[in-house]
Amino acid sequence: MSEDTITILIDGKAIQAEPGQTIMQAADAAGLYIPRLCGHKDLPPGGHCRVCTVKVNGRPASACTFPAVEGQVIESDTDEINTLRRTVIEMLFVEGNHTCPACEASGNCELQALGYRLGLVATELPYLNVPREMDASHKDVYIDRGRCVLCGRCVRASKLVDGKTVFGFAGRGIGKRVAVDAEHALSETAMSATDKAASICPTGCLVVKGKGWATPVGKRDYDTMPIGSDIEQQAAG
Amino acid sequence: MATVPANGKRKIVINPVTRVEGHGKVTIHMDENNHVDQARFHIIEFRGFERFIQGRMYWEAPVVVQRLCGICPVSHHLCGAKATDVIVGADKLTPTAEKMRRLMHYGQTYQSHALHFYHLASPDLLFGFGAPVEKRNVIGVIGEYPEVATKAVLMRKFGQEIIKATSGKKVHGTGAIPGGINKNLSIEERDVLRKDAGKMLEWAVEGLELCKSVVKGNLDFLLAFGSFDSNHVSIVREDGCMDLYDGVLRAKDFEGNIIFDQVKPADYLDYIVEEVRPWSYMKFPHIKSLGKEKGWYRVGPMPRVNCCDFIDTPVAEKERAELMSVTGGKPINSTMAYHWARMIELVHSAEKIIELLDDPDLQGTDLVTSGEKRTRGVAWIEAPRGTLIHHYELNPETDQIVLANLIVSTTHNNEPMNRAVRVVAEQHLEGQAEITEGLLNHIEVGIRAYDPCLSCATHALGQMRLQVQLVGADGTILDEQFRG
Repeated sequence: MSEDTITILIDGKAIQAEPGQTIMQAADAAGLYIPRLCGHKDLPPGGHCRVCTVKVNGRPASACTFPAVEGQVIESDTDEINTLRRTVIEMLFVEGNHTCPACEASGNCELQALGYRLGLVATELPYLNVPREMDASHKDVYIDRGRCVLCGRCVRASKLVDGKTVFGFAGRGIGKRVAVDAEHALSETAMSATDKAASICPTGCLVVKGKGWATPVGKRDYDTMPIGSDIEQQAAG
Repeated sequence: MATVPANGKRKIVINPVTRVEGHGKVTIHMDENNHVDQARFHIIEFRGFERFIQGRMYWEAPVVVQRLCGICPVSHHLCGAKATDVIVGADKLTPTAEKMRRLMHYGQTYQSHALHFYHLASPDLLFGFGAPVEKRNVIGVIGEYPEVATKAVLMRKFGQEIIKATSGKKVHGTGAIPGGINKNLSIEERDVLRKDAGKMLEWAVEGLELCKSVVKGNLDFLLAFGSFDSNHVSIVREDGCMDLYDGVLRAKDFEGNIIFDQVKPADYLDYIVEEVRPWSYMKFPHIKSLGKEKGWYRVGPMPRVNCCDFIDTPVAEKERAELMSVTGGKPINSTMAYHWARMIELVHSAEKIIELLDDPDLQGTDLVTSGEKRTRGVAWIEAPRGTLIHHYELNPETDQIVLANLIVSTTHNNEPMNRAVRVVAEQHLEGQAEITEGLLNHIEVGIRAYDPCLSCATHALGQMRLQVQLVGADGTILDEQFRG
């Protein structure tokens, strides 16, 4: 064990972390999955969605942004925390227009998979049915804003990985939306289907055209194992 | 119970007659002499799929439109996929893709026909149209014919397993995609299905024999029940063979004369027109050249048997010949012949399933093809209840659907079901001062023969939900009865 290694306690289990790691990074390395939506391994943390909320020494914090510090006592996989996460997921469902049965992301969708993992059987909050625009102007990629969860992955990926700043946020509150850096539509931007931003959406909001349901049921990401299983199995293996 | 008002005129309302995920109603106007003056079958639901698919990406259509139905979603899924085949320029699918889709389709026809005959129609046929309602239901069938009921459940299961193996799910799968299919059939999946397929054919033949014994036991009554002459429309293979998955459209008149033949999907609007009538949410299609008065037609199992020249599976072909011999080779125009024809198709589907499962093309890996893209896609298929047409138009710049026209089987049969209601009313309500539950069921039997989606949703325990109103000449409701 390195002298620099620090020890934190997650749900009673002592795990080792490297200095500078976030709680989520340390947990991942130890095979403890903390649910997340805006977080992605290839992007810096966003801290938008709060699905990764944990309690650090009794106080809520987002695991994707909070640094691991020696001696932290962290609660993650508890009824209280999971109920909060489930409610966040539920709010994202009812604020968007997520019709899973007709969505080509179904089975690969992280929002849907989190709903299943967290036991969201049916929504109890009222659907807001907010009209949200589609943008299918680009020849290779389309945006269905009804399926957007405002995670900002596309914004970060376009800027930090693709170096293009195609996406940004516009509006506030329930009117907040993903906007494109163009006067009218996505077709006027430098967006390419090979961009990181085109393949990083956790839902069916930003989609490469023409793929549809090419992957059969049973072969999709979350058909056989819950979301997070890869992290849990990686450590177990 | 309805009573006769002072002026003697009556309006009988059956509301709702149930439809899949929706409702219809029947109104029958009777004059002071208890003569049937007017009989109508109204569809009071609004589905809206043609509208809300507008703006969606074209490849979403096969998955979205199948939500129209929980009984025959495969038909909508495949018809939507076939229309998108046209859009992506896939004029000829790979053998694996076409045969996987056909297997899916015959699996669905098998389960749907089994569902209709055993669960929905058999209580009427086995116990009698006016049998006590306590007995005239699927529980009654289970009690009196447990072996038949058990086989019925297993037959449905077999069809659903085929659907799952080809589309990923038993209901609302995703197998068919523009230009092909997203999976083949593994050896393991094939062997599981093939093991039971022979038995399923055997049971289908048993079911057909049961149906025939009922019909032949009361031939004159059943052939006359709700019977009327009509035109008949169905898809046939180009050589005239029955083909439930693909082909050209053929129309015959009630005597068997060809009205049109060899019609391609893209030209359907040159031959079929939809009329809107103010009292129904369902349109009335008719043959353009004959006009709306004479151009209405029937679709479904009986017209398919009437329209085709032969069936390319041996047992079903022998049975087709026997059915056609009832009318000396002319089209049969009896409403109740739908049941007989449906069971022939059940047998045909089982034979086709065996043929396909024995075909190694199902294990092929060439699944998708494409060609020059188009902005218009029209396709049809023979759904269990009849010809189904999907027509999409695209915005070529965005790939979004800008127009969708769906003519579903029950829509084609709109006018015929209205006729059936009228004929049954004339045959069995004419002169009746008192409307009994058994008489109401006669109306339902006439509708049910067409296997409209109506009978699927709330036929629990053999009863449709009904409301009968007795309305005076001035519109006053004089009496009202509910059931269900």
